[in-house]
Amino acid sequence: MNAPLAEAKALYRYLLRLGDLSLVLGQRLGEWVGHSPALEEDLGLANIALDLIGQARLLLTYAGEVEGRGRGEDELAFLREHGEYLNAIMVEQPNGDFGRTIVRQVLIDAFQLELYERMTASTDERLAAIAAKSVKEIRYHLRYSAGWLVRLGDGTDESHARVQSALESLWPYTVELFAEDELDLLMAERGVAPRLSEVRAAWAARIGELLTEATLNRPADRPHAWHGKRGQHSEHLGYILAEMQHLQRTYPGARW
Amino acid sequence: MDDSREWPLYEVFVRARGGLDHKHVGSLHAADARMAIEHARDLYTRRQEGISIWVAASRDITASDPAETDSLFEPARDKIYRHPTFYEIPDEVKTL
Repeated sequence: MNAPLAEAKALYRYLLRLGDLSLVLGQRLGEWVGHSPALEEDLGLANIALDLIGQARLLLTYAGEVEGRGRGEDELAFLREHGEYLNAIMVEQPNGDFGRTIVRQVLIDAFQLELYERMTASTDERLAAIAAKSVKEIRYHLRYSAGWLVRLGDGTDESHARVQSALESLWPYTVELFAEDELDLLMAERGVAPRLSEVRAAWAARIGELLTEATLNRPADRPHAWHGKRGQHSEHLGYILAEMQHLQRTYPGARW
Repeated sequence: MDDSREWPLYEVFVRARGGLDHKHVGSLHAADARMAIEHARDLYTRRQEGISIWVAASRDITASDPAETDSLFEPARDKIYRHPTFYEIPDEVKTL
């Protein structure tokens, strides 16, 4: 493979990492519609889900153009296989109760915020523009999720116990968000994306403050190796894709 | 669900554009004022209806009693001189 092709392939894969994270989390949050603790939360979560799907559309459309095989957002979202998704596996974890969904959301919102704030200065102008649009949405997502984290963490004994337990079980998945591999390093070297080590420091500071306010204990970091970013997923992704892709695979090319 | 476990009701006011007043648009349930703003944002400004939101706990609003409508509002009916409709407007004044 010649050099420009290899660069395009790297950018394509990096865009899938970003886009799939938003897509899968958006799909997960959509599961709450009709099941939230209150009608207002139904709309709150659905709004966030729609923002995430919107980000995924921009990122996957761009990825399709970079790939240059004529695939658009729909082909990439609905016609790839399990192992071709490059999202970190935190976002495919089941919703659990409302508190667990909120914990996952806070961890991801803070990650996306620190990442995209820096990516507004990307040398890739298209990505910088997508980041600038997304940052406004993500600031609101974090406002929403952090508000709930504090309310639940500093709430009743039961709500505190539930979110603390969710935090313990989801914390190990944060490792993958910041695990830098060759692709992350290449993107940082090209100025396309920030260094994940820098993102992590800012994320840890922000999360630390939030956990203190929510009277939650920060779990210990344990080394863990997940490879969702390379296409190795938990079984949960299969069920998500079955539901998400069902319509497009049953009625290929179906449109509104 | 008994009343004490129900989230309190908030009244929502939205300003559509700069220069306009906040207008009452509806009410919603929320655990606190911050959540009420978030819910109002998601419920009442999802189609770009506003640029500013006020929320007020419904219990803090004191309303006039419908039973007193006659005594409160009827007396104004025969005081038409309060309307500024008795002035001759010069033709040159266009934008009053």
